[in-house]
Amino acid sequence: MKIKIKREEFVEYEVAMQNATLLEVLGEIKTKQDATLTYSSGCRSSICGSCSVRVNGKEVLACGYKVQEGDLVEPLRNVTVLRDLVVDMERAYSLNVKAKAWQTHESSISLTPEDEKRNEVQSDCILCGSCYSACPVYAVNEEFLGPFALTRVWRYVSDAREDGVQTKIENIQTNGVWDCTLCNECTMVCPQEISSKADIEKLRSKSVMLGFTDPSFSNFSGSFGFDGSPSF
Amino acid sequence: MRSDVLIIGAGGAGLVAAINAHAAGAKVKIITKDYPTRSQTTMAQGGINAALGNAGEDSVEAHVQNTLKSAHGLANEESVRFMCEQAPKAVRWLDSIGVCFSRTKDAKIAQRTLGGASAPRACYAQDYTGLKILHTLYDRVLSAGIEILNERYLLNIITNMDDNNKPYACGATVLNIRTGEVESYESASVIIATGGYSRVYHKHSTNAIGSTGDGIAAAIRAGARLSDMEFIQFHPTALKNSSILISESARGAGGHLLNSKGERFTNELAPRDKVARAIHNEIEKGEEVFLDIRHLGEKFIDEELPQERKLAKLYENVDPVYELIPIKPVAHYTMGGIEVDKNSQTKLKGLFAVGECANHKVHGANRLGGNSLLELVVFGKQAGESACEHAKKFDKSRDTTTQTTSANNFITDIKQFTNQIDFYQKREFIGNLFYNHVGISRDEMSLRAALEAIRQIQKEIPLMGPKDKSKVYNTNLIEFIEFVNMVELCEIILVCAISRNESRGAHFRADIPQENDMAYKAHTIAWKENDVLCADFME
Repeated sequence: MKIKIKREEFVEYEVAMQNATLLEVLGEIKTKQDATLTYSSGCRSSICGSCSVRVNGKEVLACGYKVQEGDLVEPLRNVTVLRDLVVDMERAYSLNVKAKAWQTHESSISLTPEDEKRNEVQSDCILCGSCYSACPVYAVNEEFLGPFALTRVWRYVSDAREDGVQTKIENIQTNGVWDCTLCNECTMVCPQEISSKADIEKLRSKSVMLGFTDPSFSNFSGSFGFDGSPSF
Repeated sequence: MRSDVLIIGAGGAGLVAAINAHAAGAKVKIITKDYPTRSQTTMAQGGINAALGNAGEDSVEAHVQNTLKSAHGLANEESVRFMCEQAPKAVRWLDSIGVCFSRTKDAKIAQRTLGGASAPRACYAQDYTGLKILHTLYDRVLSAGIEILNERYLLNIITNMDDNNKPYACGATVLNIRTGEVESYESASVIIATGGYSRVYHKHSTNAIGSTGDGIAAAIRAGARLSDMEFIQFHPTALKNSSILISESARGAGGHLLNSKGERFTNELAPRDKVARAIHNEIEKGEEVFLDIRHLGEKFIDEELPQERKLAKLYENVDPVYELIPIKPVAHYTMGGIEVDKNSQTKLKGLFAVGECANHKVHGANRLGGNSLLELVVFGKQAGESACEHAKKFDKSRDTTTQTTSANNFITDIKQFTNQIDFYQKREFIGNLFYNHVGISRDEMSLRAALEAIRQIQKEIPLMGPKDKSKVYNTNLIEFIEFVNMVELCEIILVCAISRNESRGAHFRADIPQENDMAYKAHTIAWKENDVLCADFME
């Protein structure tokens, strides 16, 4: 089987493997053919978020993707490539800080199963960065808080233990919830089946409930949908 | 680059230590060879033990007794008692900072039964317990503004001599993976939280590729002592082809182990050493072994074990709702590690250790499921506070010149190794050697043969080396240094395993299948004197 991997140029490699994950194939190449091939990996079971790359233009976890003949493997987009398939996640992770994606105070509130279900999926996020690679807004505005940071804000804001909702929501008004185009690309590539787009819509609703408005609204003659998003 | 407390490793243990050292007033710096959220802690699935009694009657005493029993006489009762008493508080703290635990109908943290436990004691978040705890801790660290330096690989602990000619730790040398430069970090206290060494078993391990024991190897080189290194836990149920973990909670919920004839052959909820041996015996007889959770039903599996279903489908091509899961036991957790006292301090003054890399003597010869997440919270707090305390009184020199030079020389030297022998091949060879001869069942002859093979590999290391000579992001170089660390630990594991002429917990000697309390109810201690490995049994 032959695949091409983006290094400084695309390089073609051939391996004799069937039904193998991309991570297994990368390992085979590195240990048997070319020790200079560079990629990130960790748990090999889709939980550590290290090995996200793009295959044929789509973001996948290398450990969770079965290689096909002729696959084209590239690093994530919208991020500095350090070497071959390894990218620098510092910038994207710093957006969690900018978004203040944490619980404000310690809390002794008891949660019900319904409370817990509210952010069960969002708290499955592994920070693999696929969503930032797929996001067309982040591609042109690197101040945009972006999908996983906003999902993380929703994960805390929707939690009964959070007592600083107003401040959290206020913090995501600029370069945040209203900048998203709701294109849903982030949802399509998430290996944990999280929809940041849906979380952003929920954050918009919450924003409107708390008295915030879409800053671009004044430019529109359209009206608001029930969830606070403009309808045209 | 100076701090009061330098923490090496950013899994659960390192992050809890950081939060607590920071809260106690220390200037904290965290160094990790990866990013915090990529650490081994994410892979913990089953739960974290605390006798809350939310799902059935339980008590701290029962937790203590279960832990001691599973430890086969090698746990320190005082440490175990401390951990179990602190457990409810530890879980309440996790709950208070936002961990998304699964809940009972009456708004309590849900609990389930894991192997060797007399009650449903493991608090869980579906089968993503480690992931959710780690990410919440990470968010907490960010909220506190604690500095994290990612992609720095530990080379050595920096030591100096005090006025009485006694060594103390005062920093670490690291390789900045991104730049390829050696960096030195000075610190009054250093905490090692770098995880275990199950990757010596290479593909026969559930662990992430980073569990190479770097911190443990650095600690013994710096003058700390290691203990009980021969005790390595094999998890009964890893996927047969990929060694990926299927949580014990699958058996806790009623999953069965079956052989090729479809027969059950053991108590699935016995401690892991017993279950792993029972499976090993079946495999030796030529049977295949399967985990069967079909009778639990799709609704329950999707609700409580969603990750297990996903992993079995992806890596073994079976859907556990309808099919049997082929499994085998593989290396999962290393009970041995850096010896610490009741303040989490090692024999080297100023050097602390916590998490899987440390031996707080709470797991003894066999760890109970649900006690490792607990350990990192309880002792992470202790290590963070002790390190802060030590830093406040620290008034010595932090000169790092000599060690920075030698670290630079080390990197230059290994890049010039001759590459006549491929270390990746040797790494795989050691993994197979250890799985077959230093695994679930051992005997003196094969242990000695393995030691001979390891000593030969040690001699050949200068004939290996990285093929990639580049400076920037050289993972071939990092993997080679990890390999060298693992070879160093392999020798220690073998020397300890050969000395222990008895069977106890995870150390099963087919040639001497009995426990011998008279001679061996003691810890195996290893240390180095002038680079020579020494080992002895001590209380």
